[in-house]
Amino acid sequence: MKNKSLVSINDFTREEHVRILELAGAFEKRPKQRILEDFVVATLFFEPSTRTRLSFESAATRLGARVIGFTDASSSSVTKGESLRDTILTVSNYCDIIVMRHPREGSARFASEVSKVPVINAGDGANQHPTQTLLDMYSIRKTQGSLDNLNIAFVGDLKYGRTVHSLVQALCNYNTTFHLVSPQELKLPSSVKIDIKERNLVYHQYTELLEVIPKVDILYMTRIQKERFSDPLDYEKVKNAYVLRNNMLESAKANLKIMHPLPRVNEITTDVDDNPKAYYFTQALNGVFVRQALLASILGVVD
Amino acid sequence: MEKEDLRKELKVSAIENGTVIDHIPSESVFQVIKILNLTEYQNQLLIATNLDSQKMGKKGIIKVSNKFFKSDEINKIALVAPSATLIIIKNFAVIEKKKVEVPDYAEKIVKCFNPNCITNNEEITTKFTVIDKKELKLRCHYCEKITARDNISFR
Repeated sequence: MKNKSLVSINDFTREEHVRILELAGAFEKRPKQRILEDFVVATLFFEPSTRTRLSFESAATRLGARVIGFTDASSSSVTKGESLRDTILTVSNYCDIIVMRHPREGSARFASEVSKVPVINAGDGANQHPTQTLLDMYSIRKTQGSLDNLNIAFVGDLKYGRTVHSLVQALCNYNTTFHLVSPQELKLPSSVKIDIKERNLVYHQYTELLEVIPKVDILYMTRIQKERFSDPLDYEKVKNAYVLRNNMLESAKANLKIMHPLPRVNEITTDVDDNPKAYYFTQALNGVFVRQALLASILGVVD
Repeated sequence: MEKEDLRKELKVSAIENGTVIDHIPSESVFQVIKILNLTEYQNQLLIATNLDSQKMGKKGIIKVSNKFFKSDEINKIALVAPSATLIIIKNFAVIEKKKVEVPDYAEKIVKCFNPNCITNNEEITTKFTVIDKKELKLRCHYCEKITARDNISFR
């Protein structure tokens, strides 16, 4: 994977995904290794995303790399009207790898074509966020022992959530049975369902959360955003229908884990946090190991 | 070609050598000219539009003297004129007649329908993979969104 950009989850093969997950496991055992001391990592955040940026910077710093960059476009020359092309051409002189978050879809692909150094996409608009997908895969594999043959429920906003779309697409390689729980207005788009059908995999759709809980190994919760509804009344109708409470977990399988890409608002009540099935904060920690694995393998320090 | 079509075609003089692009939807004639870069063409170029057509109601036709297109060049017009017929003329005689085919890739000419795509916000050559030739669905190389027949437009 040396010098290879990661823009879209499909840029890496199934074998490469597995290799990253294995490497992430090694970094989880030994998170502090100064193997990137000779490298400069640039984090270019054209829109703020504190969580993702800190996770990348933590990963880079724990491996001894130097980190340069900006945290939102207002503190860069973008406000002076510089094109993305020029910013990337300039910054790629100063660093060995670029981590980029940008509000426009396709910006990361374009940056990877212009840049002299590899680019890791940390989110391009509503399009892709592949490191989130990899950390989700890592979390599932770690808690379930394998990615194969699992029953996975996705709950909430399945229409607009890029996290959900990419993870569903990645899991299509692992004989997953999908359980899709959402209001009518926020069902999984047909373009993603086509991917499931093409692999001859099964999906079930529900509008009720409770009935799906005993069936699944992973419950992947997402936030339903008010602004997704054209009629505020429609939002009021569904906003409490997809809230997970601790007492709903009595019928769950022993191995069930609850995941959430965070930030959470009210879709998981805080009484769930103490339940051993709650996994969302560990999931965020796993992001650091996955990003360490990506930086180290793309910079060619590990094979 | 039906008899009536033949008669109509004579409204536009015959060419000795070159390519005739027939059965272009009237509204797409100028788009085809643009896609094929014919605005700069230095040889004889005959353009007619809103001609009566039995098949299409109204149609356009373009006759390009001394020009034989490569197939990847000409197939681009299938995106705007899927009904177009190509007729290769040598010494006033029809040598070959064929339909245009939707290409596997489209560069430059198509505009991504996603307003938030980077190609609509910076100077970037658009690139698409045609994922469905029949229904005409194109996946943007950059934002990965699908531009379909209903929302396709050209640069």
